[in-house]
Formats: sequence, structure tokens, C-alpha cells
Amino acid sequence: MNAIAEPPVLAAPDDGIKPGEVLLEVNNVSLSFGGVKAVTNISFDVRKGEIRAIIGPNGAGKTSMLNVINGFYHPQEGEIVFRGEKRRRMQPYEAAASGIARTFQNVALFKGMSTLDNIMSGRTLKMKRGFLWQLLHYGPARDEEIANRRKVEEIIDFLEIEAIRKTPVGKLPYGLQKRVELGRALAMEPDLLLLDEPMAGMNLEEKEDMSRFILDVNRQMRTTIALIEHDMGVVMDLSDRVVVLDYGKKIADGTPDVVKNNQDVIDAYLGVAH
Amino acid sequence: MLYREVGQFKTSYAADQQVFPIRQDRIGVVLILLVALVVVPWAGNDFFLSAVAIPFLVLALATIGLNVLTGYAGQLSLGTGGFMGVGAYACYKLVTTFPDAPIIVHVLLSGFAAAALGIVFGLPSLRIKGLYLAVTTLAAQFFFEWCFIRVPWLYNYNASGAIEVPGRQMFGVTLTGPSASSTARYYAVLFVVIVLTFLVKNLIRGRIGRQWMMIRDMDIAAELMGVRPLHAKLSAFAVSSYLCGVSGAMFVFFYLGAAEPSAFSVTLSFQVLFMAILGGLGSLVGSFFGAAFIWILPILLRWGMPLVGMPLPSETVTQLTSMIVGALIIVFLILEPHGLARLWQIGKEKLRVWPFPYA
Repeated sequence: MNAIAEPPVLAAPDDGIKPGEVLLEVNNVSLSFGGVKAVTNISFDVRKGEIRAIIGPNGAGKTSMLNVINGFYHPQEGEIVFRGEKRRRMQPYEAAASGIARTFQNVALFKGMSTLDNIMSGRTLKMKRGFLWQLLHYGPARDEEIANRRKVEEIIDFLEIEAIRKTPVGKLPYGLQKRVELGRALAMEPDLLLLDEPMAGMNLEEKEDMSRFILDVNRQMRTTIALIEHDMGVVMDLSDRVVVLDYGKKIADGTPDVVKNNQDVIDAYLGVAH
Repeated sequence: MLYREVGQFKTSYAADQQVFPIRQDRIGVVLILLVALVVVPWAGNDFFLSAVAIPFLVLALATIGLNVLTGYAGQLSLGTGGFMGVGAYACYKLVTTFPDAPIIVHVLLSGFAAAALGIVFGLPSLRIKGLYLAVTTLAAQFFFEWCFIRVPWLYNYNASGAIEVPGRQMFGVTLTGPSASSTARYYAVLFVVIVLTFLVKNLIRGRIGRQWMMIRDMDIAAELMGVRPLHAKLSAFAVSSYLCGVSGAMFVFFYLGAAEPSAFSVTLSFQVLFMAILGGLGSLVGSFFGAAFIWILPILLRWGMPLVGMPLPSETVTQLTSMIVGALIIVFLILEPHGLARLWQIGKEKLRVWPFPYA
């Protein structure tokens, strides 16, 4: 084996946005369900190439925010600008096509399929051959299948899950399921990767592994990452910038050091004497 | 001992992705094809071919059709019988309108009528799931049955209200009608079933089949990977209805010879559903197992019981089969929800590591 990591074949697509420039902009977004305000007037941005953390106590609206970004929810007010394009109502599959991938807080793998098929499913949008070629599974359709398999095998190598390639994911332990889910999102070669509590329910060792993968994805594949996480140690170590939500409102935004010493954040997490 | 994959290394992804990666499986498939192509027509008498082999193959195809929809795409359907009827009536119209075209072409074309209607009746699946969807497909079933009775154009204004299969030839061989030999009809059915099974397998192992399974397992995540629910669900309905339609056309043209609307009642829908469940949802080989089990069990009872000295009157056999099949369905749902196909798979796993309990 080569000691030096080879340049990755999988990489975030080159979209003309340079590292450090704004990739995603959330402008004054408000979302409510009936009378319940999930998110109120929130603005923040995600810059190309960074790891952006979204934190806050339970019910702060973090997951709602992710759901708005990838099109599950449509905000009543405000707008999302992705790669400089303003969008209003977008379906999840359109968000996927525009280069946003995501993992879920509760693992949302395809239980009846193997690890390999689950990660292959991330390549859906990369496969173009139509119905008739698929029927024959010959020529271009077969070449396409094999070319995508090769990409998937790179991800399997990267995440060190070679041994469970053919195992149905329902049989895997929780930590590995989380890893397969990350692999499935990576297979989309996304521009922006949204991770909803990637370390929830993991032990220390698994958390360290996952942190390593997240950093490697960010550095080697140059994928921009926005993640929600409750483990403050992980958040402060991994992220370049942190946005803090509480009761659907933004209370702080900045580098981990700034956020850590912000009085509002401390109050939100520890409570205030009245 | 014989069933080992030791030493069979895969050096390319193409080799790893083939349908039967284990050499013994490939030999087994060739043997089964040989039996189906040579031994069965050679050794089987007229009764075996007409009453066992042909309906078994036809119903296996219908089960594959239902399996595409329910087993792979996760959309429950009770309209199988209706879609089979659509195929049969479409084929009847085609055959009587264009008497000179080859019958196999008509059979294959008639599936498209079923596919088109399948798409229409699949539209509710975009909004509703599970049992509620089953009810809408049941509505399709009753609507089709109503059409078969009330729209005389479908049966060419026959006084009897039934469709009679006319004698048709292909390459000089009579394939349909009263004068067609059972061997010729068997080969026609076998050809269609083998070709369609092969094509369906290709769909399932590629992008489209994966999209169906994604929708089945976790529709929210599927959308997020770029699957459009509209395309995935309706393509499953179309392919499933196509297979059911072709199967229905063959059911009348190569097996029954004539059909009344009651041939495509909800009973047939349930029969095919039981075949799919007992055989194993989400498995092609299971479709054949299920069809064989439910079709051949009554025949075995009818012919086998007298041989062991227990002659049974035919109505007892009918009731006995209903009871046995009913009980087995309950047993399977509880003990092995994945059906005979899973038992087959477990058996193969055990054989691979024998004499050790696990690898």
C-alpha cells in the first residue's frame, strides 16, 4: 500500500466558486407549522470548503433548517441562495440534482438492500442510460453500472467498510450504519454535504473515527460540510464557524472561540437565573 | 461439498456483478433450462403440459408482475386479476382485428394496454400508501370486471359474452385454438416467460430496480438521492401491469382457450398475491416457487392421495387445498415473511459452509 494518500478521484464538482466564497446563503428564513414557529428570521451563510456547525438546544430548529435547505420544507418567508442562484420552492430531488446531499439523525438507509446497493443508490443521478438499455443490461448500461461501481468501491475503501460490502444494512450495528449512510451521501459527490447529528449515539472510538472521516472528506474531496451536532467537543474541534440557534432564532454566529464565550450561548445552554 | 465457491475469485466488477456469480448456480440454471426445454416436452404427456406446466408458467409470470410492484417497489396491489384481464381482452381484440400477424406479437403487444391502464391506476400511489392504495387497486379490479361484462365491444358483441380463442398459426405451427398441440403451446409460453424474466432481472439489478427498492425501503431518503417518486412508482406500475397483461393474454390464449369475465375476478388477484407472498416478496425465483406451490399442490393432492391409498372426492380436495394453503400462508407470514425464496437462500447458505454451522 502507498503510504501517501493518492489524490482522490471523488471530489466535489468544480462550480467556479473559490474556497472561502459564499456557497449557500440563508436569508431571513421563517418557517412555521400552523401556529408553531419552528424557525424565525434566520440568516447565515456557508462558505465553500468550510465545515459549518449548526448547534443549539433541543427544539431549536436545527433539523428544520436542514429540511428547508434540501427542500423538504418550504419556508413562508425568506429565501435560499445556492451557488448564487436564488430559489424558492424546490423539491428534494431537485435539491439533490443541484448538489446537496444529506444524512439523517435517525439512520435512513434502505434496509432491504446491501451496503453496496445502498451506496450505489447514491449514484442514481450519475446514471443516465434509459429504460431500453437497462432492460438489456448490455453495452452502455453495463459500462455505466461498472464505472459507477468503481466509484462506489473507492468510497468503500475510504470508509474502511470493505468487509460488509455485501451485508444487508439492516444487520449492521448502529455505528456502521451511520458510516454507510455517510458513504451513500458521498457517492453523490455533493457540493454541500449536510450531516444531521453524525455522532449521535456513538461511543468515543466511533466518534473519533467519524470525526476523522468528516475531516478527510472536507480536506481530500474538498466538500463543504454543514453539520448539526450536540457533542460540543466535536463541534469546537471540527468546525470552522458555528451558528447557534435557540427557540428558532439565531443567537450567535462566528468562530468556535467567539461562540464559546458568547453570553447568550452560555445562557441558552446553562439556563439563566430569573 | 459440491456447492462451494472456494477458489472462484472475481477479478473484475463485471464478473462480480453477474446474475449467478457462483459456478454451481450457473450449472444449475443450465440444467433447469434443459429440463424445461427438452425433458418436460419430451416426457410430459398432454395432461401434464396443458394442466400443470403451462398454467404454472403463466401464473409465475403474473407473480413476477405483482412482485415488481409489491415486492420491489413496495406498492400493494389487489388488481392483478383485472390487469391480467385487460391483457387478455386486448389480445383478443388485436387477434380478431389483425388476424394475420403472429400470435406471439399480439401477446407481447397486449401487455402495453395493461401497462397504460396500470399507469392511470397507479397515479393514486403518489398520494396514498399501504392499505389505502390496495383499496384503489381493488377499485381498478372491479372497474375492469365491470367493463368486461358491460362493454360488448371488448368481446366483439358475442352473444355468449365470452371470448373464444380463434386458431392462429405462427411459422406454420398452430399455436392457439382447439387444434393447437400442447407442446406447441408450452414452447410459446416458455419462450415468453424466459425472455421476460431475463429482461425483468436486468431491470431489477440496474438503476431502475434500485430506484424501486429505494422507494420501497425509505421514500424520503430516496427523494433525497434524486429519485423522482412519480417516475419510480409509475414505472413500477407500468412494468408490473405489462407482465400481468402478457400473463393474462397467455392465460386465455394458451391455457383456457375461452374465457368469461369471471376468469379475472378478485379471486385470481388473491391467488397471485398468495403466490407472491408464499414464494417470497422481492424475489424472482420466489415467484416461480410460489406459483408452483399454489398451482401444483392441489394437483398433487388430487393425484397423489389415491396413490397412497386415500382416494379423495374432488370437492374434498378443493376444500382441503384451500385449508392447507390458508394455513400455510398464516404460518409463513409468522415464521418466514420472506417466503420460500428465503428458505431456499438459507438452504444454500448452509450448504456452502457445510459441515460447519457458519463460516
